[in-house]
Amino acid sequence: MIAFNKYYNHFNLLSSVLILVSLLLLIFKGLNFGIDFKGGTLIELRASESKINVSSLRDRFNQMDLGDVSVKKFGNDTDFLVKFENKDNKKNIIEEIKANLDKSFGNNYDFRRVENVGPKVSAELLKSGVIAISLSLALMLIYIWIRFEWQFSLGAILALFHDVIVTLGVFSLFSLEINLSIIAAVLTIVGYSMNDTVVIFDRVRENLRKYSDIKIFELTNISINETLSRTIITSATTLLALLAIYFFGGEILKGFSLAMILGVVFGTYSSIYIANTVLVRLRVSQKTVLREEEDKK
Amino acid sequence: MLYFSKLRILFITLFSVLFILIASSNLFKFDDNFFDKKINLGLDLQGGSYLLLEIDNEPVIEQKLQNLTTTIRNYFKEKNIKINNIKIENQNIFFNVLENNKQSVLEVFQDENSDLNPYYPRFKSHQLEIEDSGLNFKVNFSRQGLIKLKTSSQDQAIEIVRRRVDEVGTNEPNILKRGNNRILVELPGLDDPMRIKSLLGKTANLTFRFVTNDENDRFGVEKLKFENGLEEATVSKRIIISGENLLDAQPKMDTQANQTIVSFTLDRVGAKRFGKATSTGIGKQLAIVLDGKIISAPVVRDTIASGSGQISGGFTFQTATDLALLLRSGALPAPLEIIEERTVGPDLGQDSINAGMIALAIGFMLVIIFMFVKYKIFGLITNVTLIVNLFILLGVLTLFEATLTLPGIAGIILTVGMAVDANVLIFERIKEELKDETNNILAFDGGYTKSRTAILDANITTLLAAIILFFMGSGPVKGFAVTLGVGIFTTLFSVYFIARLFTSIYVSRNKDKEKLI
Repeated sequence: MIAFNKYYNHFNLLSSVLILVSLLLLIFKGLNFGIDFKGGTLIELRASESKINVSSLRDRFNQMDLGDVSVKKFGNDTDFLVKFENKDNKKNIIEEIKANLDKSFGNNYDFRRVENVGPKVSAELLKSGVIAISLSLALMLIYIWIRFEWQFSLGAILALFHDVIVTLGVFSLFSLEINLSIIAAVLTIVGYSMNDTVVIFDRVRENLRKYSDIKIFELTNISINETLSRTIITSATTLLALLAIYFFGGEILKGFSLAMILGVVFGTYSSIYIANTVLVRLRVSQKTVLREEEDKK
Repeated sequence: MLYFSKLRILFITLFSVLFILIASSNLFKFDDNFFDKKINLGLDLQGGSYLLLEIDNEPVIEQKLQNLTTTIRNYFKEKNIKINNIKIENQNIFFNVLENNKQSVLEVFQDENSDLNPYYPRFKSHQLEIEDSGLNFKVNFSRQGLIKLKTSSQDQAIEIVRRRVDEVGTNEPNILKRGNNRILVELPGLDDPMRIKSLLGKTANLTFRFVTNDENDRFGVEKLKFENGLEEATVSKRIIISGENLLDAQPKMDTQANQTIVSFTLDRVGAKRFGKATSTGIGKQLAIVLDGKIISAPVVRDTIASGSGQISGGFTFQTATDLALLLRSGALPAPLEIIEERTVGPDLGQDSINAGMIALAIGFMLVIIFMFVKYKIFGLITNVTLIVNLFILLGVLTLFEATLTLPGIAGIILTVGMAVDANVLIFERIKEELKDETNNILAFDGGYTKSRTAILDANITTLLAAIILFFMGSGPVKGFAVTLGVGIFTTLFSVYFIARLFTSIYVSRNKDKEKLI
């Protein structure tokens, strides 16, 4: 049996620091919102000539008076991703750019993807993203409240907040782009982290009923160990699937799968070191479970 | 609990085979209608264009209010009530009346049978709201009135958009209402939406009006620019004929002048008016105005009574074709703005499909190898279940002709990774049971029953997340929610029916084996 409970305090401190640092990053550095949430234009371009590279593209685009233009390689040497604000939301901007690029590069390039999101739409998408995440957290809270005692709910929700905040913190730290698919990833993380926590809590409650003489500090450790191989196997297979997406699923899914990978790692960690320590700190005992059951009857 | 009746086995087999067949219809062609279904590929996979258009209702509201001022004035004139100082400001109509008329004006506006101010009994609201301060009235659209106005202009606009898109002839366009002032246009397979964008960006409001020098024209005048933006002309506001009077419009080559023109045919009313105007207006310039700009202003030389004519204006064949198309499909009730555009080229779509499939194959292989190494014979059972699960998932998506997107493929891969969770929970529980329990069959039973709540909890939480995503997400992300959500149900089915069938067969044959798992 691994003594997870020996490190409860250490990891609680670590988690607090992680959350604090993430919050500071989110407040002061902020998130790198993609055009989905900020508005603007994105062009994925494939070149068939070596003359077309990041610097020559940047030169061209900067001459076109599009505001802040970012040009980056996208996956391999011939693919580029160009983003700009398109402040005035000009109507025929894509056609103008094409005409302009034709002059310098002939037809040795191809637009593989064009996205243009107006300011109104991006504001709405951001709003609905925030609503979606808040709603999912609220629903999880309600669900776990129905299924468990309030001490458990609190533990699970703290673990959820930890996972979401720290994942976003990592995105802020490395200035990784937040787009629609990241919201999908965050929601899936919420589901996964909850799933992981619930499995351990289920066991904790079962053991609470079984043993009246074991203190919660010991009891959580027993429960974690009993469910440990399941935790490891499920995390492993999920991570294997996600790594396959990250490495082979193409550039577009990279951010999405990265967010999920982070979420699975944090989710597994938080189920053990946040959710359970809340139970210990709230001195949950057999009475907690039995009293609640009496009330429900 | 280990016992499976023959009927149940038959049902499970039939069910699985059915969905495997449906799933395989994506690869083969079936004559049968039921089987000949295919998963739709999202625009991000097959390539195509997604355009979100917003209707700018401001001009419509202005126009309606303008008409209303006339209607109000005439309506009360008949009743011998004089309406004074009527004017429009900030989308409100203001006017005042004499003291003794105040009550009757209010009554007209508040009467539920009023023809001036229609009443919507369903919403318990009038079209217009009236406020009075002393003898001054303020009239504007009520909330319901505005909603009615918006939905009706949306209805008209979507019809016009559909006609224009159909005329261009893309395959299977998808045109849908969004809210009460937006239209979503999905154009699969279209990699350059430039032409459609420019066609949808035009209101195509065509009028024929005389050029005049008389500033005191009875109908009012306005200064309009020519298409080239250089010259200007003063044009009467009196409309001789408008786009509504057109029966047909076609691009033609005028061989005499060697230029491309648009020839048009008028309906009866239009032909009559056009004939009259051209007979009285010989020698005058007739301006052809499209969306507030003069295309050309030819001098009328003859009476045109045939009801057909032509527009010239330095067109290329392409611009003439597009103008004819716009005129044939009619004018939009209000200008449209493209507020969101997403276009994916077909080769990127194909690349995404390939990458998704490779990721799926590799993810699948990794999970299968891992499970086999970890659980041996039970790993094998899990793996067979996993494969059947994948087919059932694809079968369900095919049956409902769901749309598969790139994130949707990611959802399938993720389902593969998470689907083993339920089996793992069961197997681990069985292992624990076997520590105290010597009877293999009882241990298996215990493993299944005691893990049930954890499995249900785990799946419900993921399902909740998927449901929220489905309702809040758009396009590709919705595809992810669909595969993730459907995957939960197929996983539960395959774990509790297929995997359990196999384990029960294996366990009953190895009742007395030690170290079973």
